[in-house]
Amino acid sequence: MAQIELRKLVKSYGRNTVIHGIDLDIADGEFVVFVGPSGCGKSTTLRMLAGLDEVTSGEIRIGGRVVNELDPKARDIAMVFQNYAIYPHLTVRQNIAFGLYTARLSKAEKRKQVEDAAAILGLTPLLDRRPSALSGGQRQRVAIGRAMVRSPAAFLFDEPLSNLDAQLRAQMRIEIKALHARLGTTIAYVTHDQVEAMTMADRIVVMKDGRILQAATPMEIYDHPGDVFTARFIGTPSMNILAAQAEGGAYVPAQGAGRVLAGVRPHDLIVGGDGTGLRLEGQVTAMEPLGPETLVHFMAGPVPVTASAGAHDRFEAGQTVRAAAPVDKVHLFDPATELAIPRG
Amino acid sequence: MSAADIAPPLPKGRIRPGRILTWTLVFIGGVIMVTPILFMFSTSLKTSGQIYDLRLIPARPTLDNYIKVLADGRFLRWFVNSMIVAVAVTVSSVFFDSLVGYTLAKFRFRGRMFVFLAILSTLMIPTEMLVIPWYLMSANFGWLDSYWGIAFPGMMTAFGTFLMKQFFETVPDDFLEAARIDGLNEFTIWWKVAMPLVTPAISALAIFAFLGNWTAFFWPLIVTTSKELYTLPVGLTSFAVEQSIQWEMIMTGAALATIPTLVVFLALQKFIVRGVMLAGLKG
Ligand SMILES: Nc1ncnc2c1ncn2[C@@H]1O[C@H](COP(=O)(O)OP(=O)(O)OP(=O)(O)O)[C@@H](O)[C@H]1O
Ligand SMILES: [Mg+2]
Repeated sequence: MAQIELRKLVKSYGRNTVIHGIDLDIADGEFVVFVGPSGCGKSTTLRMLAGLDEVTSGEIRIGGRVVNELDPKARDIAMVFQNYAIYPHLTVRQNIAFGLYTARLSKAEKRKQVEDAAAILGLTPLLDRRPSALSGGQRQRVAIGRAMVRSPAAFLFDEPLSNLDAQLRAQMRIEIKALHARLGTTIAYVTHDQVEAMTMADRIVVMKDGRILQAATPMEIYDHPGDVFTARFIGTPSMNILAAQAEGGAYVPAQGAGRVLAGVRPHDLIVGGDGTGLRLEGQVTAMEPLGPETLVHFMAGPVPVTASAGAHDRFEAGQTVRAAAPVDKVHLFDPATELAIPRG
Repeated sequence: MSAADIAPPLPKGRIRPGRILTWTLVFIGGVIMVTPILFMFSTSLKTSGQIYDLRLIPARPTLDNYIKVLADGRFLRWFVNSMIVAVAVTVSSVFFDSLVGYTLAKFRFRGRMFVFLAILSTLMIPTEMLVIPWYLMSANFGWLDSYWGIAFPGMMTAFGTFLMKQFFETVPDDFLEAARIDGLNEFTIWWKVAMPLVTPAISALAIFAFLGNWTAFFWPLIVTTSKELYTLPVGLTSFAVEQSIQWEMIMTGAALATIPTLVVFLALQKFIVRGVMLAGLKG
């Protein structure tokens, strides 16, 4: 068990800096999920934590100890890779036992630990199979087992579920979360899937272009995104963002300079609603009945907007609709910096 | 009526002219390669009086030649010499070629490209030209007329290094990094993780190395002077020139010499097939 501290962490490849000074504290036992678009530096950050990539400058501490110069094995961490990295020439048992390769334990103790981990992960009947005879989900469980037997201070996951189909992914999300609850080990988890981030994280770290935009609990990020990018990135469907100005208490679309950016989640923008925070009007372009609600896409001037309507409401393309959102659901951003404007 | 009229209809596209040409060429190639081998076996079963009777099936086949060759201590000695050299060279070249190939494929260091190109460039020099420096080297170090002298040029090969490098490049880095995190040292990672993943390449390299050395003639002929150190190909040739040429004896020796070749190939081809299956497995 250990807390992890990143101080002014920088990574450059030659002249190309890909991580621009990251500061982050991960508490002991915390489940932190790094999200962000492809190429934003999530894997690089994790690999520096693991000791697979060298740190250009800054400091990494695990359990209070500066680990910059330590080999991966000396850092007391375990890592699970996107491609599982389990060895095709070894059985499940041998693969899991690989995690104990350097452990000073008797054969019997190693065996017991491997079997305990297998039992937790439901791999007991598969122990003597080779990876070629396993499903994707089972392979990923083997990789997790291999990480688990070491009882590391922290687990690092790099997109462990992205090779699985949607259903398995949903199942593995729950399993990994349950495993975290059971082991209580610090986890740093990388994904570009914001659903994984929302559902699994104690805290989400949103990254973009090698910087941290916001690090907060999932609900905090959902309710109070710190900037336009985070607002759009977290939550499906994405938040509507458009230039607006205040007019009689409510915000309405506006063009030109001196405006604010107003954001509202489709779920909070109700067709025919009487909210007084933001009012929009436009012609319907498409409709998506989802079951519990219906999404209505329309053009608020030049800006495409998504709003929600009742489960059984139906709209024609071209029809004019009005939608409104309550005051407390409207997020305001500075058009120049794209940062959230704190509400007074 | 042409053959096409009587033949049952084949699925369209099964017999294309290209295919007929391919099969014909493969067949001719096969016949050209197999015929001398058949004659070798056939001659080894004939008496010396029969050898110019060119029938493939001997009129009265006999195993006398085999008994004679095996009873002659020299043949056994040369056979053992060849075996020692070929096995030592095979083991050594598989080991060192893999080690160097792995290093070139998986580590980034200054001068890596230069080392690789330097190794590759030696591939372009024919053996006949290398023999002179080898000989001078052996003479200087006192390696002439010794097992080491016969073996050393093949202990590490440019071709093998190149082959192994290409294969190691297909091994995903994740496999190695996972092991690094588990605390294995670099040598163990190579030996326990990377090597098992390239068994097809190792098998292919082992077959090449063994066959190449088992049949090597030119260098062993030059470097050895005492008969006790001859390898089989050199020894068999000396059989020939010693007295009047005894073709049936040479053929018998040659036939016996093919046995290890077959054994090695049959033993390793299984690994090649299994290795290909492993390599095809994603993740
Ligand atoms: N070895 C390298 N040499 C040079 N640039 C690199 C190297 N590895 C990564 N980069 C660059 O660093 C940046 C961050 O890469 P990284 O792999 O961390 O992204 P990521 O957030 O994990 O993306 P993804 O979601 O696609 O996995 C990218 O722009 C990438 O091009
Ligand atoms: Mg990545």
